[in-house]
Amino acid sequence: MDTTASYNDKVVRQFAIMTVIWGIVGMLVGLIIAAQLMWPALNFDLPYLTFSRLRPLHTNAVIFAFGGCALFGTSYYVVQRTCHVRLAFSKLAAFTFWGWQLIIVLAAITLPLGITQSKEYAELEWPIDLLIAVVWVAYAIVFFGTVYQRRIKHIYVANWFYGAFIITVAVLHIFNNLAIPVTLTKSYTIYTGVVDGMMQWWYGHNAVGFFLTAGFLGMMYYFVPKQAGRPVYSYRLSVVHFWSLIAVYMWAGPHHLHYTSLPDWAQTLGMVFSIILLAPSWGGMINGIMTLSGAWHKLRSDPIIKFMIVGLSFYGMSTFEGPMMSIKTVNALSHYTEWTIGHVHSGALGWVGMMTIGSIYCLLPRLYNKDSMYSTKLIDLHFWTATIGVVLYAVSMWVAGIGEGLMTRAVNADGTLTYSFIEILASKFPYYGMRLLGGLVYFFGMLVMAYNVYKTVSKEKPVPVAVMEPA
Amino acid sequence: MTAFWSWFVAIGTIVFIVWCVWLIGWSAKQGPQGKDDEDLVGHKWDGDLEEWNNPAPKWWLYLYFITVAWGVGYLIVYPGIGIFDGVAGWTSEGQYEQEMQRAEERYAPIYERFAAMDFDALVQNEEAIALGGSLYASYCTTCHGSDARGAPGYPNLADNDWQWGGDEQNIITSIARGRMAVMTPWAQVLGSDEAVDDMVAYVQSLSGMVDASSVKDSARTQFTTYCAACHMPTGVGNPVLGAPNLTDDIWLYGSDADTIRTAIVQGRNGQMPAHGEFLGENRTRILAAYVKSLSQ
Repeated sequence: MDTTASYNDKVVRQFAIMTVIWGIVGMLVGLIIAAQLMWPALNFDLPYLTFSRLRPLHTNAVIFAFGGCALFGTSYYVVQRTCHVRLAFSKLAAFTFWGWQLIIVLAAITLPLGITQSKEYAELEWPIDLLIAVVWVAYAIVFFGTVYQRRIKHIYVANWFYGAFIITVAVLHIFNNLAIPVTLTKSYTIYTGVVDGMMQWWYGHNAVGFFLTAGFLGMMYYFVPKQAGRPVYSYRLSVVHFWSLIAVYMWAGPHHLHYTSLPDWAQTLGMVFSIILLAPSWGGMINGIMTLSGAWHKLRSDPIIKFMIVGLSFYGMSTFEGPMMSIKTVNALSHYTEWTIGHVHSGALGWVGMMTIGSIYCLLPRLYNKDSMYSTKLIDLHFWTATIGVVLYAVSMWVAGIGEGLMTRAVNADGTLTYSFIEILASKFPYYGMRLLGGLVYFFGMLVMAYNVYKTVSKEKPVPVAVMEPA
Repeated sequence: MTAFWSWFVAIGTIVFIVWCVWLIGWSAKQGPQGKDDEDLVGHKWDGDLEEWNNPAPKWWLYLYFITVAWGVGYLIVYPGIGIFDGVAGWTSEGQYEQEMQRAEERYAPIYERFAAMDFDALVQNEEAIALGGSLYASYCTTCHGSDARGAPGYPNLADNDWQWGGDEQNIITSIARGRMAVMTPWAQVLGSDEAVDDMVAYVQSLSGMVDASSVKDSARTQFTTYCAACHMPTGVGNPVLGAPNLTDDIWLYGSDADTIRTAIVQGRNGQMPAHGEFLGENRTRILAAYVKSLSQ
């Protein structure tokens, strides 16, 4: 096929639409388990609907289905546009789409059935893991094949981040999931004891670092300057923070295992590099916000820019909060409390969610030969529901979590604990309600988005877009 | 850690820190650049994507440098670089022991006061019972409940029925050493589903739930042969073995036919973990007095 005739936008469209659908599904499961924490009877005494099985379904759906589809779709779009060439290996690209959807469906079937490796964010059993590895290698071939065929010498910064994300996630996934199969639905990890714990959190934290940070920074580096219509603020800042980020993130995992049987030296290293990670993380925020700076007047008319600026703000906030929580003394209070849940969701709903939503609103009209989405007012409504939702969510979990931490360590004059488990749980109940409300508001915004997307694309017959000649 | 891995970790750590410092220096060295169009880097992608080359903000470079410098200092003081233990000699185990020792110095005298008191007097002593209540809330509520009435599989401590005996020494032993109840599965020995059903009916007849005249002689014989060793020929149980009394209306796991059938077919393995080592003698005794007071 002529690689300069037209862009392959079909696979981008498929991933973009599925991003919205999986976002709604994943967040709905989140709402159900948030409600179950308040009213446990909502599992209807069915093992398939218990919190323990739906929670991994929720995390897998929002991270790998919602976030994953957004990353596949935008990276395929961005790499074509910034390399001025059609996506390499169209059939392989189509395979990654259908393969990834199959993986999601298999996850949605096996997790409620209780088939799990019991590794957080790596619950899926070995046959699905193998499928993920195959699809991921295909993804790498398509992405780097396209970069290789580029018609412009310099590789755009967004592609560095997408590239680092693709390579690292492959390494993380393969090594953390090395296991000996026993049956089709059961395997045992090859790692023992504390080594298994270390591998798991090396994987777990870099899933945050490379899947949810580096990948979405790639998205940010294309869609923020595009939507703002301004040049990226600083090339050299992007160089420094890119090479710092990918080098330092690798070390941060052990902060998930403070005060456990993990050797002290590993805990210390995890904490030190987590704190060094603050500046490299903020480099991306600075570059994003300073790129938007000068386009502030657009905030009045363009809600997509609002999504991006709030997303970047939440990115800055969670990447400050993370290093702080990795300090042993802070971690002694925050670990195993709702504070962690608040931290994760200010990153997930605030940064990943907002950046994805903003990028999809920017992307969809271009994929369907339109100037804009069906309704800008509805985007604005979505922006406010998302903002209010994430603020309610994060604040309620901070208050609940810090209260929980303080109550857990409160001691009577005789050395016994002041509060029993059930008293602490009862203290969190109102905040569970506030969190559920925040989730509902955010979810409502996703439904508004689905309607807006439907109205934008339903009657459109997309026309192939010719590949742009490099300048 | 072997010498190889120690060096591996140490060199890796140092290389990555040097890498960060080098990046900071590289960025700081480059001169300022304006924001006018002629200052664009010169690459252009997708029609309109360009880049300025502004210097990284000074405060950001300082922040980056300070965190790296702090990290180096921290790694000198605390363990982190291979097998180098850090100049402070800190370990998490040491921190734990220190904190426990400090707590023991502060709290032990509170419990020490009751060490010489007779157990029966302890049970009547309001102050001791209040302390015992706090201990109970800290260590026991997870299984036995905040009202001490237990749950299926976890004994009710507020009644006057004692699976392992209710005098001073029995209760202290239960708390300090824990208990491991073992009832083995009996379905194979009994021989058939029908025999199991008959045994369920026989067990229920012991407490009058089923009319004694309707139970089969074969079940009675099997009970005498197999069950009586622990539960005694009349079914009143044996606290020495933790074998429950089957003739009363107190049921640890439940009294319906299905639950009893499960106990016979699969056996039961009740576990109470040992608390003696970290509670110490004085706390254990006061806690035992509190548990005793619940049923008086």
